[in-house]
Amino acid sequence: MSLLEIDNLSVRYGPADAPPVVDGLDLRLETGEVLAIVGESGSGKSQAMLALLGLVDPPGRVAADRLHFAGHDLLALGERQRRRLLGKELAMVFQDPLAALDPSYRVGFQLEEVLRQHLGLRGAAARRRALDLLEQVEIPAAASRLDAYPHQLSGGMAQRVAIALAIAAEPRLLIADEPTTALDVTIQAQILELLLNLQRERGMALLLISHDLAVVAECARRVCVMYAGQAVEVGALPGLFDAPAHPYTEALLAALPEAGTARRPLRGLPGSVPGRHDRPAGCLLAPRCAYVQDDCRARRPPLDAKRQSRARCFHPRNQETP
Amino acid sequence: MLSFLARRLGLLIPTFLGVTLLTFALIRLIPGDPVEVMMGERRLDPQAHAEAMHRLGLDRPLHEQYLSYLGQLARGDLGQSLRTHESVWSEFASLFPATVELAGAALLLASVLGLLAGVVAALKRGTPLDHGTMGLALTGYSMPIFWWALILIMFFSVQLGWTPVSGRLDLLYDVEPVTGFMLIDTLLSDERGAFLDALRHLILPAIVLGTIPLAVIARMTRSAMLEVLREDYLRAARARGLSPARLVFVHALRNALVPVLTVFGLQVGSLLSGAVLTETLFSWPGIGKWLIEAIGARDYPVVQNGILLIAALVVLVNVVVDILYGLANPRIRHRQ
Amino acid sequence: MNTPAPLAAEPAWPSPLREFCRAFARNRGALAALLLLALLVVCALLAPWLAPFDPAVQHRDFLLAPPAWLEGGEMRFPLGTDELGRDLLSRLIHGARLSLLIGLASVALSLAPGVLLGLCAGFFPRLLGPSIMRLMDVMLALPALLLAVAVVAVLGPGLLNTVLAIAIVSLPAYVRLTRAAVLGEIHRDYVTAARLAGAGRLRLMFVAVLPNCLAPLIVQATLGFSAAILDAAALGFLGLGVQPPTPEWGSMLASARDYIERAWWVVTLPGLAILGSVLAINLLGDGLRDALDPKLKNPD
Repeated sequence: MSLLEIDNLSVRYGPADAPPVVDGLDLRLETGEVLAIVGESGSGKSQAMLALLGLVDPPGRVAADRLHFAGHDLLALGERQRRRLLGKELAMVFQDPLAALDPSYRVGFQLEEVLRQHLGLRGAAARRRALDLLEQVEIPAAASRLDAYPHQLSGGMAQRVAIALAIAAEPRLLIADEPTTALDVTIQAQILELLLNLQRERGMALLLISHDLAVVAECARRVCVMYAGQAVEVGALPGLFDAPAHPYTEALLAALPEAGTARRPLRGLPGSVPGRHDRPAGCLLAPRCAYVQDDCRARRPPLDAKRQSRARCFHPRNQETP
Repeated sequence: MLSFLARRLGLLIPTFLGVTLLTFALIRLIPGDPVEVMMGERRLDPQAHAEAMHRLGLDRPLHEQYLSYLGQLARGDLGQSLRTHESVWSEFASLFPATVELAGAALLLASVLGLLAGVVAALKRGTPLDHGTMGLALTGYSMPIFWWALILIMFFSVQLGWTPVSGRLDLLYDVEPVTGFMLIDTLLSDERGAFLDALRHLILPAIVLGTIPLAVIARMTRSAMLEVLREDYLRAARARGLSPARLVFVHALRNALVPVLTVFGLQVGSLLSGAVLTETLFSWPGIGKWLIEAIGARDYPVVQNGILLIAALVVLVNVVVDILYGLANPRIRHRQ
Repeated sequence: MNTPAPLAAEPAWPSPLREFCRAFARNRGALAALLLLALLVVCALLAPWLAPFDPAVQHRDFLLAPPAWLEGGEMRFPLGTDELGRDLLSRLIHGARLSLLIGLASVALSLAPGVLLGLCAGFFPRLLGPSIMRLMDVMLALPALLLAVAVVAVLGPGLLNTVLAIAIVSLPAYVRLTRAAVLGEIHRDYVTAARLAGAGRLRLMFVAVLPNCLAPLIVQATLGFSAAILDAAALGFLGLGVQPPTPEWGSMLASARDYIERAWWVVTLPGLAILGSVLAINLLGDGLRDALDPKLKNPD
């Protein structure tokens, strides 16, 4: 049994026939594994994670054939049981660290709040543990930061605090939703390194959401590429990036500025992700795909992990190199 | 914080000078003979008239008159009432606690119920409960409170006989004014039942005066809560598995209070406007009724300096609210 | 090579007015308010023809006659009569005329100078701006009703002075709003572009910036309208507004006070008229705000 098992997860807003923002997502995650989900903004990666945590609010609707975490059926879970899981076994770090910390409370208060909620720690014990956590996320002068308000922290510092909050109760799975996007380039690497160190030390699983392929290539062992709410390609690294099967993955990689290919002009992908109301009938990438053929416009290709096709494409690339 | 305070207090000086100019100009703009107006007497003989002109300083140039008015104010001399010949300040001081008691009760009622209604409406957004609460709030906000008072009197006092219609305390009771706050004074006295009687006198006026602030606070709290409920930090707090009660009261409401507090400051002015009407209606011996009666009786020293005192009060309360706002909002408190 | 897929017809952007109407029409409360307001306007415009009686005529044999549906009611006086035997319905209809007139006049009299002062305060931040704002601070330091009462005390009671007092009292709101809107817009690129294109200051003020500040002003004017009706009624109630026997809702209430134990209708009905019209205008204002404010549009 895997730590996280997602079968056919979909998230919908609006009328029942509206195209879902997450569309039939399948995903497996093992204990201690690092998996990356990549895709443009609007590809449904964040919505899928929120669905996992039960944070999709009406009018949003979540459906799945299977949504299991560490033996718990997340769909059948009561509110109270879910709260016991969230922040304890299953924690999340958000994109904008300054927006994710309550501006009215000191860092120490927010840490102690989580420690009391999940570990029952109070008073001096909670304080000590909070300080301990800040040191674990490598915050200098941790003791003085306990009394700081979020607006007094830099972006990188705030993200460290957010990470401390997430790992406070030693979760088995940490979801990091674009944890470095809002940060300065110089800070990004430090935060990633911190996340990976924590992951290794604690043996927790890490689900890293990103649109930065360079980051993904460095961190993850396995990657899931999402496009317009669907997983279009899933596979292990570095193989997937060396020989992408799906034209979308290929296009993403081609858009990456690499030192060795500086002469070649960067190729962007024309057009944009189809919105909720202008979905093509066939393959969702068909209007933007350079290799599109007639059957692509007629039918939507499947993604079947059990068969050999690891990409959602009728005409996968790079098939000569297995 | 200190420089913030200094800047805020610095702004007060021109405002306050402006108010003195206004009150100074007010009684000089009144059509008619200023001596007759100031003395409250008509058809003085010419010699007495000239004497009065001189005594009141009205024969001097305007700027001198204004400076001497300022000098008077600086000495704390607010003049005398034409009707009672008591000093304006002592009249104000003796009536002020009644207004504070009424306004305080109204504000307490308004904030408790308003916050509650706003939070519930925001949490139940889009449901009939939300629409109903907000419909009531808009009705309250549109209420002509002098009519509302009449309706409440008609129902609770005339029909049911539950509450008295006027004053602060039944004549049966003899309570010594210690603090000027009837609820406290009745508790200090050994008159049995006086406290309850004071409370019965207070309840209707407080409801009437509290209606509009209640509606404003409810509407403001709802929209502030809706804003906060969308914030990332609330979703992050949910992702940490915190209980709904903690999310709403510790995290959401605490942040929603910041904009609601500014409304409090703005309500002070309209609260005093309402007090004018409420006190007149319920014969509540406070400064609102005092001023209206003074205007009716053309008691100009009271009108002039009573308005000055009220303006000073409004301005000061707004400073206090600004300071509270700073305390409630760490982002402002720590701004250098 | 594949040919690019034919582009679907470009969806036409709805005109702002059309979009506004759609957003507004979704708000059922505001539509109901509009209906009620239309009724009020009809009453006001056609008062002499709609009212069954002259509002000042006293029917001495029918003092405090109850409404028609009550025992002792007369069909001639559908809503009963007041303490002098005047037909209440006729007085209420004529009162609508007065209230709307006061509301409109005082909004017009404060909106125009308020916007002008606000524009000046925004465009001349050195000396003129701060002086205007300090002046507004002074006016805001006085509770609105008290200031209005003071103004009336100086000018004397009456219709015109009521309008003037309310206009003066509501001036600061427009000034502050306009100035804030101007300060929000003045550093936008389109203003800089207009300036670089050589637009004069007046042109900048009225052609470039003002139209973009209109939305909050419209909402504020609506709220000012309802506040004016309330304030006028309050002044009338205190005996400082429009003087009897003119059928003004507030002063009608004041004279009805003494009959609170015997004739609920003379107390209830004028108040309901005030509450109804103020509520309708405020509902309309809420609807306008929601429809005009893009931030609040499409909340989901």
